[in-house]
Amino acid sequence: MTERLRIHVDPDKCQGHARCKALAPELFELDEYGNAHEAGDGAVPPGLEDKAWLAKSNCPEIAIEVIEE
Amino acid sequence: MSDISQPTAHPPVTDWVNDFDHTDPQWTEDPFPIWDEMRAVSPVVHTDRFLGCYMPTTYEAVREIAHDTEHFSSRRIIVRNVRPEIARNAAPPITSDPPEHKPAKQLLLPPFTPDAMKKLEPRMRAICNELIDGFIADGKVDAAARYSKYIPVQAIAHMLGIPESDSDLFINWIHMILELGIKDESKLLQAVQEMSAYFTAHIEARKDTPTDDLISYLMNARNKDGQPLEDSHVLGSLRLLLIAGIDTTWSAIGSSLWHLARTPVDRERLIAEPELMPTAVEELLRAYSPVTMAREVVKETTISGCPVKTGNMVLLSFPAANRDPKMFPDADKVVIDRRENRHAAFGLGIHRCVGSNLARMEMQVALEEWLKRIPDFRLDPAGTVTWSQGTVRGPRQLPFLLGKAM
Repeated sequence: MTERLRIHVDPDKCQGHARCKALAPELFELDEYGNAHEAGDGAVPPGLEDKAWLAKSNCPEIAIEVIEE
Repeated sequence: MSDISQPTAHPPVTDWVNDFDHTDPQWTEDPFPIWDEMRAVSPVVHTDRFLGCYMPTTYEAVREIAHDTEHFSSRRIIVRNVRPEIARNAAPPITSDPPEHKPAKQLLLPPFTPDAMKKLEPRMRAICNELIDGFIADGKVDAAARYSKYIPVQAIAHMLGIPESDSDLFINWIHMILELGIKDESKLLQAVQEMSAYFTAHIEARKDTPTDDLISYLMNARNKDGQPLEDSHVLGSLRLLLIAGIDTTWSAIGSSLWHLARTPVDRERLIAEPELMPTAVEELLRAYSPVTMAREVVKETTISGCPVKTGNMVLLSFPAANRDPKMFPDADKVVIDRRENRHAAFGLGIHRCVGSNLARMEMQVALEEWLKRIPDFRLDPAGTVTWSQGTVRGPRQLPFLLGKAM
């Protein structure tokens, strides 16, 4: 069975380094200040799982959560 | 009012753990073994120099301090021999603490988003190529003086709407503030006065004739009460953008070229796999982070088990944090395809560099355009590489021979 992933950016931790947007542009959006939030409801489309983990492991503020559902 | 201090002699350091000095020639030349030595002894070390100063040596201790605005203030952000009086609106938001920090920071963020930087990218590529045109036929170049230095100056001048031809003026002020000013306060004050007079004239000119640039953007900005910013706030932010935007990225581009000149295998790989460049830029930022910030201890606390007392400064070395082997495997090696890289080159917490997206774009463009035109280059054995002293580290003389070695 394939696991489904969901991502969430903690807005209190995000400082706008924008590493996630650079590494996984499909999964994150930036607001007018450059701070990140997850695209849509945060569900990771099949095939983008690696990018979700990569974004998490490069966030200097440890603001990204990857939830296995 | 403090007296203008005279340049103070700094005796050579013999005990790095208990008497460190980031202006010592040994630190300037090769700080990495020094940081390893300090880190092996304690996560936080102290010196009596600079009227008392701590330095966190691990990533964890740096992270703790950067996130703790209760005990550590940003009202002073450079470790100097003296503690000049704290000026209101010195350079917001970098010199601001909560709650003033957030509104000041939010004002500056929109012009520096990744999307805003994409619009600037074509001009940056043109600037890089104009610079390369100026020396490529010579077969040799000082890449710090002729290339890496001018890229950020011209970028920030372009954004601020001030003449790119004033570049040398800006470079001189920055040298006086960040290098000479550490030990000679008169140089610092002179540069700040000249810079303020320069920007005041630009602000006045825009009161009659508004322009489409960052200076007018700041003049039109409104604070949270809907009022225009005070002239002193606009001036402080302009000083910050100029100071923070130039020799930082100059250093990062210079260090990256220095690495590539000495590492043909990385150069060849980046030419063969250009899509690797963004990852490589992050690794070069980690390994050769240019910027060390500072904080002032305003309330006693404990960091990584070490007591920290008020009245001391803190040398907040993001470069040392980025070399912590507990955080980064093979921390002393440049691994240009490093997959996991939570480096702190642009700081951590609320003071994350406003210009990080600009700096990344400039680095990427500067290295790409250089490698397209100059795939082969090496250090000129007849020249000497010199490094800047103090708060921002990068090559200031970078003599290269261009083309394949005979």
